[in-house]
Amino acid sequence: MNAHDIRQLFPILDQEVNGKPLVYLDSAATSQKPVQVIEAINQYYRESNSNVHRGVHTLGTRATDGYEGAREKVRKFIHAKSTEEIIFTRGTTTALNTVAASFGRANLHEGDEIVISHMEHHSNIIPWQQVAKQTGAVLKYLPLQEDGTISLEDVRETVTPRTKIVSIMQVSNVLGVVNPIKEIAKIAHDHGAIMVVDGAQSTPHLKIDVQDLDCDFFAFSGHKMCGPTGIGVLYGKKQFLENMEPIEFGGEMIDFVGLYESTWKELPWKFEGGTPIIAGAIGLGAAIDFLEEVGLDNIEAHEHKLAAYALDKMSALEGITIFGPKEASKRTGLVTFNLNDVHPHDVATVLDAEGIAVRAGHHCAQPLMKWLKQSATARASFYLYNTEEDIDKLVSGLLTTKEYFSDVF
Amino acid sequence: MSFNNLDTLYRQVIMDHYKNPRNKGVLENDSLTINMNNPTCGDRIQLTLKLEDNNVVDAKFEGEGCSISMSSASMMTQAIKGRTLEDALKLSEVFSLIMQGKEYEDDIDLGDIEALQGVAKFPARIKCATLAWKAMEKGLKEEHDDGKKDA
Repeated sequence: MNAHDIRQLFPILDQEVNGKPLVYLDSAATSQKPVQVIEAINQYYRESNSNVHRGVHTLGTRATDGYEGAREKVRKFIHAKSTEEIIFTRGTTTALNTVAASFGRANLHEGDEIVISHMEHHSNIIPWQQVAKQTGAVLKYLPLQEDGTISLEDVRETVTPRTKIVSIMQVSNVLGVVNPIKEIAKIAHDHGAIMVVDGAQSTPHLKIDVQDLDCDFFAFSGHKMCGPTGIGVLYGKKQFLENMEPIEFGGEMIDFVGLYESTWKELPWKFEGGTPIIAGAIGLGAAIDFLEEVGLDNIEAHEHKLAAYALDKMSALEGITIFGPKEASKRTGLVTFNLNDVHPHDVATVLDAEGIAVRAGHHCAQPLMKWLKQSATARASFYLYNTEEDIDKLVSGLLTTKEYFSDVF
Repeated sequence: MSFNNLDTLYRQVIMDHYKNPRNKGVLENDSLTINMNNPTCGDRIQLTLKLEDNNVVDAKFEGEGCSISMSSASMMTQAIKGRTLEDALKLSEVFSLIMQGKEYEDDIDLGDIEALQGVAKFPARIKCATLAWKAMEKGLKEEHDDGKKDA
């Protein structure tokens, strides 16, 4: 793949910010969208907009075909057995909340354990805190190794026969590490627990095969993988989804409604109350087509190359601290760092003046920040449209930042 | 944006307050403590105020954050010391107007605070500058309302 050619497909990247060509290094927060996705959404609203699953009329059929067609694309993309296992949600957060509120509340009892890790995003912490409070279950944290990785030895020590749920992110949005989900799932299953995976940061960058991972639930968002905001996916094994109660009730999700009792539609629709996110799903389908055309293997290889290049160039800077493993092979394409004596907000402001967009803050991972002993960090994250020149500009921007702040001191 | 623009944000006096913060620390004994954080970015401040007869007699802060939030906290504590509660709250209103880039009464002596005017041109950084002021406002308003109730 050629990142320079791919870049041309992203109209937003062709602009100046603060008088400098935009260098977008915040794809872990949200990715940019290629023309194919923008056009698919545009075309849907111009030609096919209608409500789904009820139209006798032609537009209704087109909308339904588009929406359900997107579901099949998602199924194939993550290699699920059936579209019954693909539930459209608002994003990863809603997907994880659905598992916690439905499966968690029904299956957890006092003294049962939920195991998560110190590197989780808030959306894979708080739903479990809440369900633990409601059921009397105990929330346990996997420790991290010094380089921010998870050791299977620790997993074996933390997961016990009382553990009912293990929920781990596949890729860290701060450390960039790829966690051994397949092996963790095996340990969870050996103890009779289910495996939930937060795939928000992995699905855009790695080939996902939910059957190979043998996870029971897998959650991800469309907007981090070239799709629109407001659409995400909850994959769940049919055997679990079948026995779970919906958490939202209303239109779309019902079979029969009586005055005092109602019944639900079959899977996956019983979990999709209300008019669904039709344009969002169609946009996500277009994003999947786009990513498959480029090839996930190519994207992964490109990001590894960028991560290795960035780690190499950035670690040569004096007074920089880089968080997470030093080996690019253990990471996806993002580098979280701090410059000594310059707060990450100030780093981000100076870089912004150079047209470079990075994230600064706690990255929705306050427990991990505490573990890293940082109140905030800066993060540069890469995607298929980034190039080595972008990283060169980042490095030169960081040199400028150091210079600027050493001058004022 | 050139460095000239950056210089409107990072004025010398701001960097001086960042490097040499005034009133850093914690007041003990009968002081009012306000903790506030900025949940979106992780900045946090602990402000302690000593109030006597409707006056702010002392103010100190502890916290973690960027140059703008910490220098603003330093300047704020410097500015409210010795003022009446009403004057301090009035100054807070003026500061809020400055951050919004709005007109304000110019008979008020802003001292170092004037250096923070450039922040208004950096919308993403306004919440950094206002953190300490919001903490002060919260503390003084509670005190003010309690005083009214007692009277």
